[in-house]
Amino acid sequence: MTEVTTRTGRGNSPSAGRGRSQRGMWHAALWIGPAMVVMLFVFAYALVQLFTQSFKYQGEWTGWDNFRIVLTDPLFHTALAHNCELLLCVPVLIALALMLAIVLAETIKGHTWFRGVLFFPYILPVTVVGVVLGQLLTLNGAFNTALRDVGLNVLAQDWLGDPAIALWTMGGVIVWKEVGFGVVLFLARILSLPAETYEAASLDGAGFWRKHWSITLPQMTGVIAFYAVTEAIVMVSWVFNYVYIMTNGQGGPGDSTVVTELYIYRMAFADHSIELAAAAAVVLFALTLVLVVAFFRLQRKSLLAVVGE
Amino acid sequence: MAKISSTAGNVGSFGRYVILVLFSISALIPGYIMLTGALKTQEEFLSSPWSLPPHPTMTAFSTAISAGLPGWFVNTLVITAGSVAGVMVLAALAGWGFAYWRFRGRETLLGLIVSLMVVPPVVLLIPLFQFGAQLGWISTFRILIIIYVGLMLPFSIYLLANFFSAIPNSLLEAAQIDGASTVTIFRRIVLPLSGPPIATLVVVNILWAWNELLLALVFLQDPEKHTLMVGVASFRGRYSLDVPTVMAGMTLVTVPLVIAYLFGQRYFIQGLTAGGVKGE
Repeated sequence: MTEVTTRTGRGNSPSAGRGRSQRGMWHAALWIGPAMVVMLFVFAYALVQLFTQSFKYQGEWTGWDNFRIVLTDPLFHTALAHNCELLLCVPVLIALALMLAIVLAETIKGHTWFRGVLFFPYILPVTVVGVVLGQLLTLNGAFNTALRDVGLNVLAQDWLGDPAIALWTMGGVIVWKEVGFGVVLFLARILSLPAETYEAASLDGAGFWRKHWSITLPQMTGVIAFYAVTEAIVMVSWVFNYVYIMTNGQGGPGDSTVVTELYIYRMAFADHSIELAAAAAVVLFALTLVLVVAFFRLQRKSLLAVVGE
Repeated sequence: MAKISSTAGNVGSFGRYVILVLFSISALIPGYIMLTGALKTQEEFLSSPWSLPPHPTMTAFSTAISAGLPGWFVNTLVITAGSVAGVMVLAALAGWGFAYWRFRGRETLLGLIVSLMVVPPVVLLIPLFQFGAQLGWISTFRILIIIYVGLMLPFSIYLLANFFSAIPNSLLEAAQIDGASTVTIFRRIVLPLSGPPIATLVVVNILWAWNELLLALVFLQDPEKHTLMVGVASFRGRYSLDVPTVMAGMTLVTVPLVIAYLFGQRYFIQGLTAGGVKGE
């Protein structure tokens, strides 16, 4: 019954407090506790262990040695550079998703159907995407066959076998899979914009470009920023699956598609240099912290924008 | 839907459909190649990858199935069901804890949990693997299920806490006046109202757990314990001279997802637009 009296202090908005009573904390702990235990193990324990390990070698403290070795390893530089290059996919994703979302929003007939189809690649496992597209993009694969059939022989490439373009092919595959998410996200936002503004603009003689440039875009900054940060996170810390599948875990040809995650994975499980892998993982974690902060700041503002509140 | 353009604008209706059709085709092409490829022979596939199968054959499917797919399927089912059930229970409890009680540091704690979504799994992999090895839990489902639950929790708690916070106070107060306990309110009022977000989370989490590769690859070293993703990941190398079998394997892995997508599309799209993303 004590809950009842304290409970009534809660306002309608989530942040309106019922007072910071000690009791609230203990009650909340009972509900939140079980989930906290699991998260403390998976995140807190693991991160503490990782940091400790990155300063050790065979159980002995070695200071910054592991970091010195990793940070001067040319392959690690290559891996980081590849993640940075993949970040260039983010503006491409945004542009494509915006275009498709606007086109979809202007299309009345078959709108739901097209949205469903465009979103489809996003639900596929990376494993399937990697294997099937990897097969399509081989030297004599279906993609090149189609190019040759229409007389575009010059465009036919060894998409995944040529070190000069393998990483960009990989980027293209990621864009293919991820763009549907942006379309759905942007479309939800566009459809929540008041139709009157567009009608008024049309009456004033505003054309397609003017309307979207002056009305749609300014109201989408929140959701675009959210998508940009989310996809940046993908490019930095979720590309392992693509590379692993499409290059049989090698990051080849040569080291042309080695990314940071693969570097860490191979360091730990192929070379058995656990401590060096830990140091590399700490570096990756520090880099993602920048993204975490961006994400943390954005999530409140832009998520509300997404649901149109 | 809101009709945005009353005039056709510069990009006419025809141009719009051209764009949509082209992109839709590109979204569906790999699915087409996969499905038709699975029904062809190796020679047919190599000579004409784009054609419909001239003499559809199921040989590739039986080869893929005898490579171990049913066992992997059961393993994936157990891991997915176990981890999704676990995360739903824990996230519902925690979400209610955050939505109902006020306490010092609540906002910060919730924010911290949300930002955990961004931590790359590869960073957590090494210490968790060593922990599992110490306990002798490598190649067991329980360690993987616990880790999956942990990784799915941040997004799930965030979504449910937001939804629970939006439940009108008047409903809860009426029950309190009748003397209902917090647990009763949660079970009788909050949960029955939360069908849509729970359905959304179940769909999103099932897809995530079903598709996860990196952790399953590292933790399940015993071939008997492999999941579908780990199993078919090796197909390309194993059947490099038998593309139809590779395609058949991929088709079989994808079918349950397509079914889940067709039935849960609404919830899935809602979940992602309402809350963010978990990556692969």
